[in-house]
Order: sequence, then C-alpha cells, then structure tokens
Amino acid sequence: MIHKALHWSAPLASPPSFYRLAGKIRPWCLCLALLTAAIGLYGGLVMAPPDYQQGDVFRIIYIHVPSAWMSLFIYATMAVAGLVALVWHVKLAEVVTVQSAPIGAAFTLITLVTGSIWGEPTWGTWWTWGARLTSELVLLFFYLGIIGLYHAFEDRRQGARAAAFLSIVGIVNLPIVHYSVKWWNTLHQGTTVRVFGPSTIDPSMLWPILVMALATHLYWAASLLGRIRTDLLDLESGKRWVRELSQVREGSSR
Amino acid sequence: MSLQSFFAMGGYAPYVWSAYAVFLLVLVADYIAPIVRRRRLLRDLRARMARQEARKQRRASTGRVSS
Repeated sequence: MIHKALHWSAPLASPPSFYRLAGKIRPWCLCLALLTAAIGLYGGLVMAPPDYQQGDVFRIIYIHVPSAWMSLFIYATMAVAGLVALVWHVKLAEVVTVQSAPIGAAFTLITLVTGSIWGEPTWGTWWTWGARLTSELVLLFFYLGIIGLYHAFEDRRQGARAAAFLSIVGIVNLPIVHYSVKWWNTLHQGTTVRVFGPSTIDPSMLWPILVMALATHLYWAASLLGRIRTDLLDLESGKRWVRELSQVREGSSR
Repeated sequence: MSLQSFFAMGGYAPYVWSAYAVFLLVLVADYIAPIVRRRRLLRDLRARMARQEARKQRRASTGRVSS
C-alpha cells in the first residue's frame, strides 16, 4: 500500500516532473476560475435581489465570505504542508508551506478591507475590536510573520522549517476565527451559510456565494501551482533541467 | 434592470465597487508577483551561464589549465 502510494507520488516528488505537471494543470484552473467567477458575479451582482435590510451593499458578501473562507482554508493546508515538511523533511512540502503564505495573506487582506467597507454603512464604523475582526487580523499577522520568518534566514531550508513551525503554532487561531461569532456576541453578524443544517439565507442569494467559493478555490490552485513552479526554478537553478529550460524558453513568460 | 441602476447599486456604489476593486487589485498583484520573479530569475540565470561560458573560453584562449 505504502509502496504503491510512493510509486504514484514519485513524479510529484521530483522537481522537474512536478514543474511540468503543474504547468499543465495551472492554465485549466485559471480558466475555470475566471469562468466560475463570471457566473458567480453575475448571479451575485445582477440576479440576486437586494437584501431587505441592507439593500445592495450586502452584495459585498460575494467576495467577502469566499475570501474569508479562503483565508482559513489556505492556512489549514499550509499548516498541514508545514507538518509534513517538519516530520518527513519533504522539500516540496516546504515549498508549499512558504508559497501558500502570500496567497493566504492576500485573501485575508481582502477579507479585512471588504469587511471594513461593508461595516461603515451597516454598522456605522469601519472597524471595531470585536472577536471576529481581531482574530482575522491576527490571522493576517500570522501570514506576514511566516513570510518574514522565512526571509530572515540565510539558509532557505532552515527558513522554510522555521516558517512551517510558526504555521503549526498558528493553527490555534483558526477555531477562534471560526467560532468567534458564536462565542462572543459582537457587531459581526452570525453564520448564515452552513454546511450542516439549513442556511439562513435565501437560495437565490446563496448559490452565487458557493460558486464564488469554487472560483476562489480554483484561483488558489492556479496561484499556488504558479508560485511553486517559480520557486522550484530558484531552488534548482544550478540543475541541468533549469539551465536547459532557461535557454529553450527564452523570453517566454509561461 | 437598467445599466445605470446596476452601477448605482441602490446608492451604495462607492462601497460595493471599491470593495470589488480591492478584491480584483489584490488578486491581480498576487498573480503578477510570481511572474515578475520568474522573469528575473531566468534573466539572472542566463547572465550567469553567459559569464561562465565567457570564462571558459578565456581560459581556453590563454591556454592556461584551470586549477
């Protein structure tokens, strides 16, 4: 069983094979992301009716909530990769950990800024030190800390392992972000979309959120694969396959 | 629904569209960053390989054996 798994994952572990495979998958993820985003945004901005309390400003939900989900999802995958990197010393897992952080930071920043823009007309304030907002800000600091820690080391693999360690420490923040609206009663509204049990949102408003969630996941896959590819070129710049590639693909951006 | 009322967003246009602009700009930046890095990496690598090649040829022309 383990041998079979190793056999199948062997091409993944080899940087040139992974580079080629990722290069084939990435454009598909990106195209599907743009397609689903177009459908989701049409559904959210055009087809969904305005909210009976908030009017049209609620439409920020179609980027705010999927981005918030991504900020947690990316952190979880990054920490899992970090664990694999620390325990089994898998080079590719180190790369995944380090390269996940900027994408996670991007989605966390989007969540905070769009939430702030949404808060002004609905709560009357851009920011409050509520549990949800504060823990999401802490999440951003974890992402930035992981990026900073990685760059603080001269040795890249040492830096990646330190970053992996910090990413595992930060897992404690994830349930706090998730359950904050349940544990503390603050300005931030409660959960309206549920995986288990009925969602307290009309289906005509709900489906574009789910489609946008799919779009952001696809974008994440494309972005991560692109970043891993670039990082592999850097890590392996002395190797023959990168040297050959740099000559053949001269001037190409792919 | 008219195009005008779509852009007006029921009076919330500045909020809705600025939020969507942030979403777009941050993700575009995320998309461009590795492309820029990749281009710089390959350019540096080609320059390094060209220098190595030049050094090799210089050695060959002076007839010195590399130590």
